[in-house]
Amino acid sequence: MQQDGLQRTPLASLMEELGGKMVPFAGYAMPVQFPDGILKEHKWTRANCGLFDVSHMGQAFVVGPDHETTARALEALMPGDFVNLKPGQQRYTLLLTDEGGIMDDLMVTRSIHPHFEGWLMIVVNAAFKKEDFAQIESQLPDGVRLETAADRALIAVQGPKTAEVLQPLCDDSCDMVFMQSKATRIGGIECHISRSGYTGEDGFEISVKAGVAEDLARLLLKNKLVKPIGLGARDSLRLEAGLCLSGHDFDEHRSPVEASLNWAIPKARRQSGGFPGAKRILGELTEGTAQKRVGIKPLGRAPAREGTHIHLDGAHVGTITSGGFGPTFGGPVAMGYVRTDLAQPGTKLDLMVRGKAHPAEVYKLPFVPQNYYRG
Amino acid sequence: MSKLYFTKDHEWLSVEGSNATVGVSTYAAGQLGDVVFVELPQIGKTVKKGEDIAVVESVKSASEIYAPISGEITAANEALEDAPETVNEDAQGAGWFFKMTIADASELSGLMDEAAYGEFTRE
Repeated sequence: MQQDGLQRTPLASLMEELGGKMVPFAGYAMPVQFPDGILKEHKWTRANCGLFDVSHMGQAFVVGPDHETTARALEALMPGDFVNLKPGQQRYTLLLTDEGGIMDDLMVTRSIHPHFEGWLMIVVNAAFKKEDFAQIESQLPDGVRLETAADRALIAVQGPKTAEVLQPLCDDSCDMVFMQSKATRIGGIECHISRSGYTGEDGFEISVKAGVAEDLARLLLKNKLVKPIGLGARDSLRLEAGLCLSGHDFDEHRSPVEASLNWAIPKARRQSGGFPGAKRILGELTEGTAQKRVGIKPLGRAPAREGTHIHLDGAHVGTITSGGFGPTFGGPVAMGYVRTDLAQPGTKLDLMVRGKAHPAEVYKLPFVPQNYYRG
Repeated sequence: MSKLYFTKDHEWLSVEGSNATVGVSTYAAGQLGDVVFVELPQIGKTVKKGEDIAVVESVKSASEIYAPISGEITAANEALEDAPETVNEDAQGAGWFFKMTIADASELSGLMDEAAYGEFTRE
C-alpha cells in the first residue's frame, strides 16, 4: 500500500487483518468494507455497535491565552457561537470562504479541563485538512496558534449498543449527552471522547494517541456487539441520517443557507455577524436563496447517484449531490439541490437516470430518525 | 445439454442450441457487493456484441452489463426487480439477467470456458 503513495492510519494494519478491503480515500488506504459487506455492516451499526477508523480526519488544537481570545479567533472564520461554548461542549460548524461559501464542515470542542483553558479542539474532513489548516493558520491573530495533532488516531463507535459497550470500560462515559466531551480512560487507555458521530445513531468519537490506538480498537472489538465498519456503510449511514458530505453536498460555491444548514448559525451570530460572507449569509437568512438542499426519495428502485439531473416537466431544476441505497430505509435515498419553490416535501420531480425520467419526490430529512442520546 | 461460457467482463452464458441465458458470474457478484437494483433489457431488442444493455447497481456503484454476443433479447428475469439480492445469493442460477438468441455462433469461440475463466479470475 505504501508504494501507492498512500498514507496509512495507525489502525490500517488492524483493518487489513480484520479483512478490510483497502481503497484509496483522501490520500489514505482505508477499508471500504469488510467481509460482511456494506449492507450488513450498515444494519449492524443501526442495531448494535460499529467501529470505524476515522484517523484520516484532521485533528488539531487552536491554542490561545484564554478561552475568549481563541473563541473569537475562530468566530472570525466560522458562524458558530464559541465564546459561549461551555467547557466540555462540542459544536458543528462551517469554515467559510470570504464570499460565504462553505470550505468544509467541522467539529469544535472546548475542553472540560481547566488546564486546557484557551484550547479549542477541531476535527476537519480528511479530504480538505491541508487547505483547512492552511486557511485557519493564515487567519489567526497574533497570540493564537494552530497545533495539528498528527500523532492522534480517531476511532468512532456508533450504534444503539455503544453506551452498553463502553460503560464497563469507561464508567464516566454514561453521564455524557449528545455533543458533550471529556478526557477519560477506556480500559486504562488515556483518550478524549465526545458523544457524537456521523451515522445518526448514539455513539462516541475517541481521540487517542497513535501508539495505543490499535490496543484500544482491539479492546473494543473484544465485545461481540462491536464489528468493524468500512467507508461504504459510513456513507450510507450518514446519507440516511441526512448528514452532508463535504465537497459533495456543499462546496465553496454553496452558502450555509443554500445548504439548509441555517441551524449551524446560532442567534448570537445572526445578531453580531462578523464571520466571512456575513452580509450575504444574513441577507439570505431573511430573503432566502434560489436553490436549497433537500432530501429526495426516488419512487422506484433505481438509485440516483451524485450528478444526476433533476427535471420538472422536462426542464432542469436541480442536481443530486449524494445518492445511493438506504439499507435501513429499504430503498434508494438521495440529497440534492432544487429550486426553492420546489423544496416542499412531497413535491414530485423526475430524476434523469441513464437518459430516462424516474419519478421522485422531495422528502423531509432525515430518511431514518436520528437516535442521539440527550439524557 | 447446455454449455457454460464466460466473458472478460465477468458475464456467464449458458448456451442451449441457438439460445443463451446470461448473468454475472459468482466472482463478479462477490466483487460488486450487495446488489440493490438491476435494470434489464427490453424483450425484443436486437443487440450487438459489446453494446451496454443492462445495469447492475450495488450499494457502492452502478456497473454496465454488455451484450456478450449479438442476438435478440427473448426474456428478462423480472424477479430481480423485487429481489435484486438474488444476484448475490445465486449469481449463476436464479440470478440470471436475460435470455437471448445467438445471431452468430462464431462469436462464442472468443469466450472462455469455466476452467479458463477460473484461471482468468485468479490472475
